[in-house]
Amino acid sequence: MTLAIIVVYLAIVLVIGLFSHRFFRGTSEDFFVAARTLGPFILLVSLFGANMTAFALLGSAGESYMEGIGVFALMASSSALVIPVVFYFIGTRIWALGKRRGYLTPVQFFRERWDSDALGLLLFVVQVALLIPYLLIGVMGGGTTLTQVTGGQVPDWVGGLVICAVVLTYVAYGGMRGTIWVNVFQTMVLLGLGFIAFWVIVDKLGGLSAAMTRLAENHPDMLVRGEHIKPLQLLTYTCIPLSVGMFPHMFIHWLTAKNAASFRPTLAFYPLCIAIVWVPSVLLGVFARLDFPNVADLGPGGVSSVLVKMINLHAPGVLAGLLAAGVFAAIMNSFDSQVHSVGTMFTQDIVRHYGFHDRMSESQQILVGRLFMVAILIATYLLSRVVDRSIFKLGVWCFTGFAALFPVVVAAVFWKRSTKWGAFASTISVVVLWIWFVSHGWKSADYTIADSGAMPVAVILLVSTAAMIAGSLLTRPPKLETLEKFFP
Amino acid sequence: MKTPVRSLLLYAALVVLYLLHNDLWLWNDPRLVLGLPAGLAYHVGFCIATSIVLALLVVYAWPDHLDREAPEPKARPEIKP
Repeated sequence: MTLAIIVVYLAIVLVIGLFSHRFFRGTSEDFFVAARTLGPFILLVSLFGANMTAFALLGSAGESYMEGIGVFALMASSSALVIPVVFYFIGTRIWALGKRRGYLTPVQFFRERWDSDALGLLLFVVQVALLIPYLLIGVMGGGTTLTQVTGGQVPDWVGGLVICAVVLTYVAYGGMRGTIWVNVFQTMVLLGLGFIAFWVIVDKLGGLSAAMTRLAENHPDMLVRGEHIKPLQLLTYTCIPLSVGMFPHMFIHWLTAKNAASFRPTLAFYPLCIAIVWVPSVLLGVFARLDFPNVADLGPGGVSSVLVKMINLHAPGVLAGLLAAGVFAAIMNSFDSQVHSVGTMFTQDIVRHYGFHDRMSESQQILVGRLFMVAILIATYLLSRVVDRSIFKLGVWCFTGFAALFPVVVAAVFWKRSTKWGAFASTISVVVLWIWFVSHGWKSADYTIADSGAMPVAVILLVSTAAMIAGSLLTRPPKLETLEKFFP
Repeated sequence: MKTPVRSLLLYAALVVLYLLHNDLWLWNDPRLVLGLPAGLAYHVGFCIATSIVLALLVVYAWPDHLDREAPEPKARPEIKP
């Protein structure tokens, strides 16, 4: 029954995505940024949905199971402040520049802003490479969910494959419009079923008060931050949500807005949406300690499967299927936007920019973009079969890289004196330091610098900011005609 | 343009929120507040407070000039392929 419900859910998602194609206007602007027509409500739901991942649902529950309620402060409330502020200062301005100059991708913007093809190519490679761990989260989350809710009937590799196939179908066919329609549907499913899941499971645990009392008696450390989280960790974790400023899929989502005013409800309601999704996930994660006191009790799937195991244990049957569909909604919501963004970037930043457009019709260019999506998904899927990391940790490394690139977008938008050499220095410093920190911290589950609590992102961000400033001030100022395009 | 002072006050409120995010005083507080652990209840309240400040920001410090700066598609230059 559970499997049947998930299959029906996936079929509904496919139908919505494919149906959206009927509204396709036949232009690449429509395929890649939905013709820049999104109003306030749809923009809020699609931006929120595109940022809610397996990380937010499965990852946060798993991490809360390990570290307690402090995970909410670490990732959720910091995101509630930082992400809308980035939308306000960066997103709205990128939207205006995108509409004025006709941009479809971040690389187009950075390339023109600093008059540099090589910089554009470097940023293309870095952004796509950093996006792969993020895609991995979706594939791994899909596999874990399907295996757990079917009691192992469906092997792990099938779940990941199904996610890839469904998303690829509606993204490749429906473009940004299909992605957004599905995002809106899935965000509603996620919010609705997330609330039901929380209510049903807490009810089975005897109510919120009873569950808290039991937790306080048996695992009091789960209800405080205590030794689980260090103060410096809380402080430096606030750098992580800056990643939203350099996520290519968020950049492209900003461009879909009809006008700057469309961003207003997104800013005001985003923190509340974050709380609505993360509070139940974090609480279900810590309550899982009541049913699975030790990590070894979780069995296959480990901490990333905590949420699905709680659903299976306390809401079997039809409800488990519906709730699992909610988890799938969260996973696919961001996964589709990421897949769409890599296809868009390849078509615009490589195929069109490097002259292949002369030999191809517009539909052939879109086909090439679709083929690139397939190639990236195959690579991601194969990686998911060999990578053995928790979804939360994998996500944090990915966000670290994007967040550390934040000075690049800030300088591009606000600093006239910034130069391509500053942007090169900043980007290269991020690449070098990110590789260094990943190679040193990959094996440790809770890596912080010298075990102080300081997250690597804080150091990389400082260095990349310094590199941007020094690189710019030490080189010739940008041309006046370039500046006039961006600072009229 | 909105009153710069009003905008600056709201930007300052964002900085205050950032500082308040580091609630060291609740680090080991085991009390329950509104049915939630104190450290969690505080951060839920923090999200609500952030939402209110951001709502004020979009009302009183919105960059209206952005819509004026972005022309309709006809006036847009072609991107260099």
